[in-house]
Amino acid sequence: MSSFVAPVTVPRLEHVGRVTQLRVAVSEWTKLHSLRSTRWSLLIATILTIGFPALFAAITSSHWGSMSPHDRADRHPIDIAQAGINVSQLAIVVLGVLVITGEYSTGMIRASMTAVPKRLPVLWAKLGVFAVVTFVLMLPAVLAAFFVSQAIVDKHAPLKLAFSSAGVARAVIGGALYLTLVGMFALALGAIVRNTAGGIASLVGIFFVIPPLLNVLPTSWQNGINPWIPNSAFRSIFQLTHGTHSLSPWGGVAVGLGYVAAAVAVAAILLVRRDT
Amino acid sequence: MIEAKGLTKDYADKRAVDALSFTIRPGVVTGFLGPNGSGKSTTMRLILGLDSPTAGDVTVNGKHYRDHKAPLHEVGALLEARSVHTGRSAHYHLLSLAQTHGIGKSRVDELIDLVGLHEVARKRAGKFSLGMGQRLGIATALLGDPSTLLLDEPSNGLDPEGIHWMRNLLKGLAAEGRTVFVSSHLMSEMALMAEHLIVIGRGRLIADTSVDEFVQRASKKLVRVRSPQAARLRELIVGDGVVISAVEPGVLDVGGIGAEQIGELAAKNGIVLHELTPQQASLEEAFMELTSEDVEFRAADAPAKEAA
Repeated sequence: MSSFVAPVTVPRLEHVGRVTQLRVAVSEWTKLHSLRSTRWSLLIATILTIGFPALFAAITSSHWGSMSPHDRADRHPIDIAQAGINVSQLAIVVLGVLVITGEYSTGMIRASMTAVPKRLPVLWAKLGVFAVVTFVLMLPAVLAAFFVSQAIVDKHAPLKLAFSSAGVARAVIGGALYLTLVGMFALALGAIVRNTAGGIASLVGIFFVIPPLLNVLPTSWQNGINPWIPNSAFRSIFQLTHGTHSLSPWGGVAVGLGYVAAAVAVAAILLVRRDT
Repeated sequence: MIEAKGLTKDYADKRAVDALSFTIRPGVVTGFLGPNGSGKSTTMRLILGLDSPTAGDVTVNGKHYRDHKAPLHEVGALLEARSVHTGRSAHYHLLSLAQTHGIGKSRVDELIDLVGLHEVARKRAGKFSLGMGQRLGIATALLGDPSTLLLDEPSNGLDPEGIHWMRNLLKGLAAEGRTVFVSSHLMSEMALMAEHLIVIGRGRLIADTSVDEFVQRASKKLVRVRSPQAARLRELIVGDGVVISAVEPGVLDVGGIGAEQIGELAAKNGIVLHELTPQQASLEEAFMELTSEDVEFRAADAPAKEAA
């Protein structure tokens, strides 16, 4: 029972540095990779991004002989290559929300804001680290999705698409950029609502409820509004062909970045003003 | 050194902290006492800048906590509410906080050993018992080798050995010249640990005093007298302002007259005394007495606000 009498002494720390943006980013990287939920979300997103195109390519390839000319015309190889994005985006946006709301639900936010009481460096670091990690994982994933699906449909000439064809590289890489931007948008929304369920619900509202609601408007209105709503604007980034009623890819990037910037600005103002 | 001036915090329609002013000095353990809901935790959150005050101001080592370049080196905090991501291991929890100040992994390992979490450092913090959670919280507070420690109910969930360890730790930290501000609802714990006390009730300052003074002030100044001739003694000492109550046959509690006078009266009249003891209130009694007065005062003072 020596612990009963021994005085407890805390070892002194030789050197304590000041808080810097870079150090907060290192801290956020540690936080991100040290959670099982993060590793699973990113692994699932990667598998879905590559797996769905491979699966669709295999199905299309094996059924090609029995498909009607109309069905064949409907199958565009870029749609096959990008089929995984629609699914993996769910894993990415949920992770984006959780990166911040997970801290509120567990109380970790109090420790984070005590270590970095100026608060904003934490938001910038979360956005930066999340964006880099997502893009670095999703870029090889979308490239793999393209080349794997192309290899599977290799024997059917109409399904062949050269990476060097006009707009193809841009559309493929645009898929990774799209996932990164919607993820950042989700993170900012999570920072605004500070609640996992609320964050996911608002994303569902913005991406899945608003688009069908527009259908009740007159067509001329729809054509005017639709390209600018978040769902369409973000998706323009990775579309190969753009109609008269959709934004150009770079227009999509610009509007998408605008939405991200607006959400981040609101999140930043609230983070500084609100009690934690 | 923590200095609060007129610190006030309103939540919706409730005033949690009301014009609180105090100075917490280095070198001693200062206890923070108050009934549940009296504003202790809110005060600690205000010190850390987690909440902004409605009015007034609080500084740590001369600056707002937010304005320090290396905040974890100024203040180490253990809040009552858990502040740990349940999915992250103790090791990575501490490391992520250390990295914001460029503090290395060796410091994290050092503190994990100090608080005795070595065996479970790689396990998810969500699986920790209350006591293990408190130990992790203490390690977090000590991470930056802070000059000020702010601990909300640190002995919560600790076993007796852990409480003893904690008491030694805090006393040692204060002896090194650090400022130690610790809240506890365990009065006996406070009596053993703290030298100075800040007592609040309903968000207001009730006392800012040393533990000894606090107990003295609250003592009812009763003298216990045990005598085989209690009835005769009673007749002798009864008078203006003297209150006598019979505790049991042969035992009286006397108020309003000192032990010296009772002793002299007894000697002069040849009365045998078996006991003559000035009664001192315990810290707990002192606390109950002071805060109950405050509660009554406040309830009568502002019924409308309380009803809202």
